[in-house]
Amino acid sequence: MSRALQSIGRSAIGWLLPALLLAGWEIASRAGVISANVLPAPSAVGAAFWKLLLSGELLENIRISTLRALSGFVVGGAIGFGLGLANGLSALSRGLTDTTIQMIRNIPHLALIPLVILWFGIDEEAKLFLVALGVFFPIYINTLLGIQGVDPQLVEMGRIYGMSRSQLFIRVILPGALPSIFVGLRYALGIMWLTLIVAETISASSGLGYMAMQAREFLLIDVVVLSILIYALLGKLADSLARYLERLSLQWHPAFQNV
Amino acid sequence: MTAATVTARRSFDETTARVAVTSRERKIAFSFRNVTKQFGDKTVLHGIDLDVHDGEFVAVIGKSGCGKSTLLRLLAGLDKPTSGELVHGAETKDQKRTRIMFQEPRLLPWARVGANVDVGLTGIAKGAEVRQKSLDILAEVGLADRSEEWPSVLSGGQRQRVALARALVGHPRILALDEPLGALDALTRIEMQQLLERIWLSKKFTAVLVTHDVAEAVALADRVVVIDSGRIALDLAIPVERPRRHASPELAFFERQILDQLYKQKAP
Repeated sequence: MSRALQSIGRSAIGWLLPALLLAGWEIASRAGVISANVLPAPSAVGAAFWKLLLSGELLENIRISTLRALSGFVVGGAIGFGLGLANGLSALSRGLTDTTIQMIRNIPHLALIPLVILWFGIDEEAKLFLVALGVFFPIYINTLLGIQGVDPQLVEMGRIYGMSRSQLFIRVILPGALPSIFVGLRYALGIMWLTLIVAETISASSGLGYMAMQAREFLLIDVVVLSILIYALLGKLADSLARYLERLSLQWHPAFQNV
Repeated sequence: MTAATVTARRSFDETTARVAVTSRERKIAFSFRNVTKQFGDKTVLHGIDLDVHDGEFVAVIGKSGCGKSTLLRLLAGLDKPTSGELVHGAETKDQKRTRIMFQEPRLLPWARVGANVDVGLTGIAKGAEVRQKSLDILAEVGLADRSEEWPSVLSGGQRQRVALARALVGHPRILALDEPLGALDALTRIEMQQLLERIWLSKKFTAVLVTHDVAEAVALADRVVVIDSGRIALDLAIPVERPRRHASPELAFFERQILDQLYKQKAP
């Protein structure tokens, strides 16, 4: 019981600073230190939130953005994970593709936005393509690193005990690469939101980024701030989910024990 | 010569004859026949000839880089000889089964202790039988109640005991041990030596122990083979009754002989 309270206390402590910041911001706004044209008070943002929530506009935009983010993530993540596995396991595959991938990696994927707009216009494909491309690299690199980092002594042990290639992969290589794959996953989630925000603010007719840009046109600064806060919350949500999965599948890891 | 070494000497002379006779009757577990191993242009083993009998406990000793670990890797099938051959006395795959235990336990950190032992039954047993055999062997190494733990919470000696259980669960005929106790503290090491001897006596497999610890070799082995620059420099029977007392004068006598050989000093 007291342990449960303790763990609640520990996770609550992370929210202390954001809460204090919000309180300070509200006070400063009400006292007139911060002009409402620069930064509206949290209460004003809250009012905007309530209005948009009731009209259904907010939820619809969140739904569209989340859908875009996840589909791009699934496509890019799957390709990155697959290629990472292939290149980690096969020297031939690595020799064939790694140099090319490293060259492409050095182009910031957001630099492709003009080209992507020319190719796909402002349709869904453009967002999907950019998110997938952004997500691909961290997943690919960390999967590859994870597999290359698996202790060769353990692989040798597996061979001595007569594990087949698939047993070796499932029982030794994949679990050994998992911590690194999770690092890639968390990076990728960050890049997923970042890419989507940029793509939606530049070229979209729906979604959170579009909502923010529309609000800017009409000088609705409270809605702009609201969109930014929602991005922060969605990013935090995705990260928490990844951490939960990480904790679930890395129970064996000393870093995740007694937590 | 002290009185103790004289007694040891006498018992040594009396028993060598007996050991020679019995070993001729026993089956060969494996033989190295003129085995040479080269890595690039460096020759690690020069024409090794070695017969080991079924159920024998052989210790292989030598300075680092003398080729003793290479010998073990050849035995475990991890490397192939450059020339010469390794012949097994047994014919079937089951009877030839060789397991190797390393200095580091090489446990899968993401598998619980029991599941790590299960690895030793890959391709040998399935299902509920695996669980039962793993639990039985864990009990034999004194870890019956730890099968649901993660390896990371065990001590070094306990991890090595799990590795021993994993190596033995498939009933190997030959157990190759590559300095398995080298990383343990002195007290744990003696405990592990006693455990190893007890299990070897009850399971009757052939044991080949590579070590740099001469006291450990004479405490455990029926026979000590000294390797120097890739050749067998000494092949010495240790006809001391079991259970052996650690650091007894008899063992010290054989220890002296081996150390003399290693450092090329003539006994006074």
